[in-house]
Amino acid sequence: MTPSPGRPTEAMPQFEMHATGVEGATEGTERMEVSMGPHHPSTHGVFRMDVELEGETITKLKPVFGYLHRNHEKIAESTSYLGSMPYTDRLDYFNSMTNNWAYALSVEKLAGIEVPERAEYIRVITAELTRLQNHVSLIGFLVQDMGALGTPLMYAFRERERILDLFESLSGARMMCNYMRFGGCRCDVSADWIKQAQSVVEAFPQFLDEFEALISENEVLMARSQHVGILKPELAIDAGVAGPVLRATGVNYDLRKVDGYGIYDRFQFRVPLGDHGDVYDRYMIRVLEMRESVKILQQALAEIPNGDYVNPKAKLRGFRPPPGEAYGRIEAPKGELGFYLISDGSPKPYRYRVRPPSLINLTILEDMCLGQTIADAVIILGSIDIVLGEVDR
Amino acid sequence: MIGKGILKGMVETARNLTGSFHDPDRLTTVEYPEQKIPAKENARNFPFLIYDGDDWETGLRCVSCQICEKECPPQCIYIEKDKEKKPDFLGKMQMQPKIFDIDVSVCMGCQICVEVCPFESIRMDNDFEYAGSDRFKSLLLTKDQLAKSNKYYHSIHPTEAQETDEIRVQKREDHLAKEKAKAEKLAKAKKEAASKAALSKAETAKEE
Amino acid sequence: MWFEELLIAIKHYLVLQMPGSLQPVGSAFLSCLPIMTSFGGLFALATLLERKMLGRIQNRYGPNRVGPGGLLQPVADGIKMLTKEDIVPKNADHLIHFLAPLGLLVSAMLGLSVIPFGHRLIALDIETGILFFFAVGAASELAIFMAGWGSRNKYALLGALRAIAQMISYEIPLILSALSVLMVVGSLSLSDVVQAQSGGIHTWHIFTPWGFLGCILFLISTLAEINRSPFDIPEAESELIAGHMTEYSGFKYALFFMAEGVAMFAMCALTATLFLGGYHAPFPILSFIPGPVWLFGKLTSLVLLFIWIRGTMPRLRADQLMEFAWKFMLPMSVVNLIAAGIWVALDGGVAAWISSGLLNFVAYFGWSRILSQASRFSPRTYRYAEEAGVSE
Repeated sequence: MTPSPGRPTEAMPQFEMHATGVEGATEGTERMEVSMGPHHPSTHGVFRMDVELEGETITKLKPVFGYLHRNHEKIAESTSYLGSMPYTDRLDYFNSMTNNWAYALSVEKLAGIEVPERAEYIRVITAELTRLQNHVSLIGFLVQDMGALGTPLMYAFRERERILDLFESLSGARMMCNYMRFGGCRCDVSADWIKQAQSVVEAFPQFLDEFEALISENEVLMARSQHVGILKPELAIDAGVAGPVLRATGVNYDLRKVDGYGIYDRFQFRVPLGDHGDVYDRYMIRVLEMRESVKILQQALAEIPNGDYVNPKAKLRGFRPPPGEAYGRIEAPKGELGFYLISDGSPKPYRYRVRPPSLINLTILEDMCLGQTIADAVIILGSIDIVLGEVDR
Repeated sequence: MIGKGILKGMVETARNLTGSFHDPDRLTTVEYPEQKIPAKENARNFPFLIYDGDDWETGLRCVSCQICEKECPPQCIYIEKDKEKKPDFLGKMQMQPKIFDIDVSVCMGCQICVEVCPFESIRMDNDFEYAGSDRFKSLLLTKDQLAKSNKYYHSIHPTEAQETDEIRVQKREDHLAKEKAKAEKLAKAKKEAASKAALSKAETAKEE
Repeated sequence: MWFEELLIAIKHYLVLQMPGSLQPVGSAFLSCLPIMTSFGGLFALATLLERKMLGRIQNRYGPNRVGPGGLLQPVADGIKMLTKEDIVPKNADHLIHFLAPLGLLVSAMLGLSVIPFGHRLIALDIETGILFFFAVGAASELAIFMAGWGSRNKYALLGALRAIAQMISYEIPLILSALSVLMVVGSLSLSDVVQAQSGGIHTWHIFTPWGFLGCILFLISTLAEINRSPFDIPEAESELIAGHMTEYSGFKYALFFMAEGVAMFAMCALTATLFLGGYHAPFPILSFIPGPVWLFGKLTSLVLLFIWIRGTMPRLRADQLMEFAWKFMLPMSVVNLIAAGIWVALDGGVAAWISSGLLNFVAYFGWSRILSQASRFSPRTYRYAEEAGVSE
């Protein structure tokens, strides 16, 4: 056959399919390597999965990250303690309030700063609001990954917007709040704000009911997510997985109960646990967790005492904690978020280390994806709930 | 039964479809350039410099102490001191900035400069429409672009501006009290010195 | 009927103006022209309608910037698509890559030629109309595979393979459920099918037990056949970028979209013809309104249903889609065929109603019960950690 004019004259290069020589490869079939990312529609940022496929079944998966590396830890080591606070907003940019809290908590441990009671209440309120908006938007993204064309996502964002409005009227910014300070918070909440927050919180369960009516019992969603991406509790514990991903496997580990940081021991709430550790469990655990968060919020908003919103003794400028080290951790919406600090007595931390829940939860991606199809890999990644800002730092 | 959950979901979307025509709680879209959400009182975006009175050059509160420049996490502030001093609101002679630039393409709006400023001179603006056709110059705000009146500050953050004004009134009172005390002390010292002198005079006179 | 007669008279007049040798070609051209233009225009409006309605479902406005209420948005989209660079990958098979969108559009358009749009308004009134429709519809599978293979892209290939598997599987329940109508009507000609439903709304096939189930099965298969949500797995955006269309840009991409739109109209028109009385008015009093208006009305309401479904549902996985086709759709369509057979044997009437209705009812509930018991998914209940036994 004579080559047509538009065609390259040399022999056309074959697809880069190659037999990998992996044991178990069937005679005559070849495995295909697909690089999903870094600009794939469903990798939640710049993240790459090198997937090896047999048909559509995944035989190997290598997560590749680091595209969003911003030198966060090194920058923090050359900035004052206060100066790192706005940078922590940008770790997990969905949950700046909890990032602030974790960092403030570890600095408070390091320097031995007391936090007034009102500030503790404000912190619980903002953290739980953060949890609500994180979980609700995560579920929206997850269902969009399953192909629901953004309808649940749009509903989720509609509700998230109300919470972001609260954050804006409290801290001045919608996402990059930069609200916590060592020994309290940057500014006080007004009685008016508490009223607004109460009305948002009261309306939230109704929205959750609607949301669940839309998708929780949908046969397609159940078929897609049940028995998919199963994580065994032993592996989850070994890998250091935390947060809703761990609790979906049935391990009862919630830092709010276990660690007793802040004033969580004063509130009545339960920890939902899953039994299968699959994508559907991770989805439902988050829905149930939101319902518990609403309970915490109702109690905290009703009980918030008067008093200082920040420890008056805490210094803003010229802050030098005594030499030592501290590790503060909280139950962030995505898992255990910890900050490890070493001070040498200077205004800058000697060592600053973040334990990002997104990164550590991501390490088990391949174990969950092997043997599943490429369509499952997408929703498994979605169900882990990663934010690349936190993974890459 | 296959199909029940799907039908339930479809009823839900149908409710939203009809709801978006009559329920403002559902259709929350604000069509931006024509409509705008009124800014929240605490909303912050980029910093600006406050001046008192009508003339921005003489009324500028900044004394170019450079604390904000040092504390700014992304280091987007650049200050150069002027050689000439000018009196501040207390009447004291203070330094003033010759150059005060904020690169808002670097600024992350964290508000730390506001918190550390001991002279209540830098505050957060809530204007966010900074887009310009120039890549660098239009986002490098100079002193004259940054200077905004205290009146403007009152119009965007009324509560906070009121608090700031109270602080300044307090400062002035403190200053006046201090001045008064100082003057009294001075007067007393003078008096004492005078009486001492008179005494010693008398003594010398006595000795004589 | 006056409208149809008027159109036919105009066509005859125009044909007679032509020289004798050109008349057959001219006649064919005049038959095709209204179909192509009206469906092209309808496609443009449908994209707008779809985006508007999806927007409303998602509590947004949808496009409303170009023209009054966004009416000119399709024009703007068209201009954008036409002026975009047409990129062909270096290693692509240029000829196949070029032919694929054309093949898809042609096969979709050809299907419209056998649809009766009104009394005697049918471009190609052949005895085996429905056979022709399915035959040219099946050609779209070839075009999609050409697109997937010719692009030399892994995502495109995966998408094309998925598309082939899906479309071939769903062709069976599609044809079987259409077969029930043909059995009852006793003809393969679509004009005969429409004529059988001419007596008003009670003669429409959807208001019979076999027609109701057949219509639902037909619609579900249609969704799979035209790759629409929840069966849009060949072009699953979150998994395969755009499936077989990944390497297309500019006007070729627009052609793919247009082909999909036209295929959707063709399938909806066929559904309306088979089950919803075609171009007939629901009540004989309303028959002064022209037939094409009724057909387009029915077609549009089916399109709206598809948009509504698209706004609600997540996407199935490829293997679950197959399972659904073979385990649910195929048995149900066979049962439906038997129900239609009973109907024919008892020659309509109350006995036929009860027996075929009962058969379908029992089969659906029984079979879906068996399936859901056998399936691994079900709603779950969750436990909470006990307060006392907090373990580290």
